[in-house]
Amino acid sequence: MKNSIGREIPEFIPGLGKVTGFGGAFARKPVGRTAGAALSTCLPRADKLLASIETAIDAVGLKDGMTISFHHHFRNGDRILNRVVEAIAKKGIRDITLSPSSLNTVNDALIPYIEQGVITAIETSGARGKMGRFLTEGHLKKPLHIRSHGGRAQAIESGAIHIDVAFLGAPACDRYGNINGIQGQSACGSLGYAIQDAAYADQVVAITDNLMPHPLFPISIPQTQVDYIVVVDSIGDPAGIASGALRYTKDPKELLIAKYAADVMDYSGYLQQDFSMQLGSGGASMAVGRFIKTKMLERGITGSFGVGGMTGVFAEMMEEGLFKMMFDVQSFDIPAIDSIKKNSNHLEMSASYYANPHNSGAIVNNLDAVILSATEVDVDFNVNVITDSNGVIMGASGGHCDTAAGAKLTIVVAPLLRGRLPMVKDAVQTVVTPGETVDAIVTERGIAINPKRLDIIDNLKNSGLPIMSIHELKDIAYKLCGKPEAIQLSDEIVGVVEYRDGTIIDVIRRPIF
Amino acid sequence: MSKLLKAAQAGTVESSDILIRLIPGDAGSGIQVELVSPTMQQYGKHINNLITTTLVSLGIDDVQVNATDRGALDCTIKARVITALQRAGE
Amino acid sequence: MEKLRRSMMFVPGNNPGMLLNAGIYGADTIILDCEDAVAITEKDSARNLVFQAISEINYGTEVAVRINHISTPFGWDDLKRILPAKPDLIRLPMCQGPDEIRQIDEFISEAEQKNKFPAGSIKMMAAVETPKGLRLAYEIASASPRMVALAIGAEDFIANLKTTRSKLGRELLAARGQLVLAAREAGIQCIDTVFSDINDEEGFKKELELIKEMGFDGKSVVNPRQVSVVHDFFAPTAKEIDHAQRVLAAYQEALEKKSGVISLNGKMIDLPIVARAERTLAYAKATAGKGGK
Repeated sequence: MKNSIGREIPEFIPGLGKVTGFGGAFARKPVGRTAGAALSTCLPRADKLLASIETAIDAVGLKDGMTISFHHHFRNGDRILNRVVEAIAKKGIRDITLSPSSLNTVNDALIPYIEQGVITAIETSGARGKMGRFLTEGHLKKPLHIRSHGGRAQAIESGAIHIDVAFLGAPACDRYGNINGIQGQSACGSLGYAIQDAAYADQVVAITDNLMPHPLFPISIPQTQVDYIVVVDSIGDPAGIASGALRYTKDPKELLIAKYAADVMDYSGYLQQDFSMQLGSGGASMAVGRFIKTKMLERGITGSFGVGGMTGVFAEMMEEGLFKMMFDVQSFDIPAIDSIKKNSNHLEMSASYYANPHNSGAIVNNLDAVILSATEVDVDFNVNVITDSNGVIMGASGGHCDTAAGAKLTIVVAPLLRGRLPMVKDAVQTVVTPGETVDAIVTERGIAINPKRLDIIDNLKNSGLPIMSIHELKDIAYKLCGKPEAIQLSDEIVGVVEYRDGTIIDVIRRPIF
Repeated sequence: MSKLLKAAQAGTVESSDILIRLIPGDAGSGIQVELVSPTMQQYGKHINNLITTTLVSLGIDDVQVNATDRGALDCTIKARVITALQRAGE
Repeated sequence: MEKLRRSMMFVPGNNPGMLLNAGIYGADTIILDCEDAVAITEKDSARNLVFQAISEINYGTEVAVRINHISTPFGWDDLKRILPAKPDLIRLPMCQGPDEIRQIDEFISEAEQKNKFPAGSIKMMAAVETPKGLRLAYEIASASPRMVALAIGAEDFIANLKTTRSKLGRELLAARGQLVLAAREAGIQCIDTVFSDINDEEGFKKELELIKEMGFDGKSVVNPRQVSVVHDFFAPTAKEIDHAQRVLAAYQEALEKKSGVISLNGKMIDLPIVARAERTLAYAKATAGKGGK
């Protein structure tokens, strides 16, 4: 069948069963009730502390075919995921479904366990590096199941993902299982992506390198959800968890794109007193902040709140009084971690609060503007952030489609060319975010506004910005590079891209290399 | 110019460039292009063809070409082929 | 209004990535450099690449080529190769006198004829980088009708002066002043030297303030990030535009009244002030609507 954006999706996908095709950004109405964790009890004076990860695997009764989950707040410093899978493999357990909130290159170490059949399914936000290529080659038994951050929260709460055991890295954990992410040698800031896991998994194992006296303060994940605690030497490498302050790019092309994006936001009319926004962490999207800040100071306006993966750059603006609040699902750099520690108006939020389309209102719905990066866009304004131009998995869905759907103004920034490859094309390799939720494409050589946004087109008329149709933009790219020949694909589906509402927006077919 | 006197190269392996190496070929061996490119699937045939036609237009019949592409546009590919050829003919 | 040359941005002539993006930053002129930015062993590469780039990329702005000096083994070859691509402008470095300009002018004329380009369509400018060049600046500026601008190249000039470059730029004061005088006498534009410490934004702005006051029409820049800073600086402020409009209104009123005396807010206005106001408004019009707020 073809879904509503014309992508060919089989009704039955081997390894996944029958699927529902995407039918429009807000077409699916949820029915039924939220799922829930298994009931449990903990007797007074019981000890939750276990000697090792191995003991914890025995204690939870982990078996073949179960689903285990992890958060990715330690990014490339993570010392939990690989270690737990290694222990599971040693016990001879097989056929595990791995459900981390995302994968980083450090998790390339999992490849042997996929080859051995320990892991046979992965549901996550995306994959990079060797793992991305490995999964693209189709070595996983079931297709890689890609969900956005909001989509993952939706799937956990609706029961589409059932987590048997959540293994949660805990930068600070007391003897009864209260957890926060802001204290200790492995502090990572917000634990936003772990909050649904803790609440909905049948069993929760906290793994910490910082056991604190009870009761811990503050508490992000409560003791009522944590069944076991394991103390290890180190849960994360601080150098890999967070970089020093993420700084604005100095690349002139990225700065030019960022300036255009800030101007589009300005002329569109969304840069008003008490506006709200989210900035992606890519070079150009983050640099938009610098130009927005200048405009705010010049005009003497302040914003209401910021959302997203947070950086020190945003924290600094809040501390200077330019924003009232920040909603933080993931803290990207050390200044952001420091800020969430000390600023009471810098709030930790769950993935569901952030972006779940099937609750009573995620914060993305309150966004005025979001600036997002892209790998490729097409003439229908569809965006790909998951595969490269050769069809290889190299990115993550993240909150891309969630924020695009929620914000009043969605600006996608991308270079028009990467090397010789045009980034505005007739059709993207893989759709992650549907064009109906994207309002503007900003490149270094021109800006295209979604034709359905007549209001923005009108507002930008006298801006002096290089506004053109998306087809003109594509033509500029094709004139410089030539029209790219389509890559050769097999019929084998190695990945599915699920939209935030649980429908399938696209599939990834194995390229013929 | 219709004959190479010696092997020569031009260009670099920096991003957006192409390194072209020309080696004189035996009479009748034709133009043999060996191309490595990150955009092989999208532009491989085109680049191969462009190198060949550029050489033909300059009267070259027999040459072995080793091209290491880093995402060069047509104008760069032509310029590098011409420079390598000029260097091979000195 | 004459062609704006607030920013003339150098782009290394042997760097394909930079050549590709040279046009996107809004510089009034891009200068594809075959001289200092190119290693001596790559001069041939650069001229072939610059030729192809001009022929195939639509830059949407004035394209200049800085050739090597004609006393080097490369200068004439640069011209021979690149002129058939029809650059808008040839920039000669290290100009020492009007003879050089006349020789190149003649060479360009032949190329124009051969390639059936309109006569005089390829312009010229010269950089003065020696005391001798400075002494002959007016002669250089008026040596050919192709000449549209003089520029100063500070690094070599200062070395020739046996001094060093300072923050305040006093060492260049005399040279800059003389260059502006020569260019104005010849009726062409005058372009300042590059400011190479791209991270020193304050220093850059101070220098812009100085050269704008001295009468320069624009500045050579080395980094795309400097372009918008230069343009902001040369754009007339709202206050300047407002004042210019009121001057012209007062002038109009005086004309209608056939009054010999023009006054604004009780101040006498003479004709040079009117001319300056006209220039300000023309400039404002030419720069309006270029590249957003």
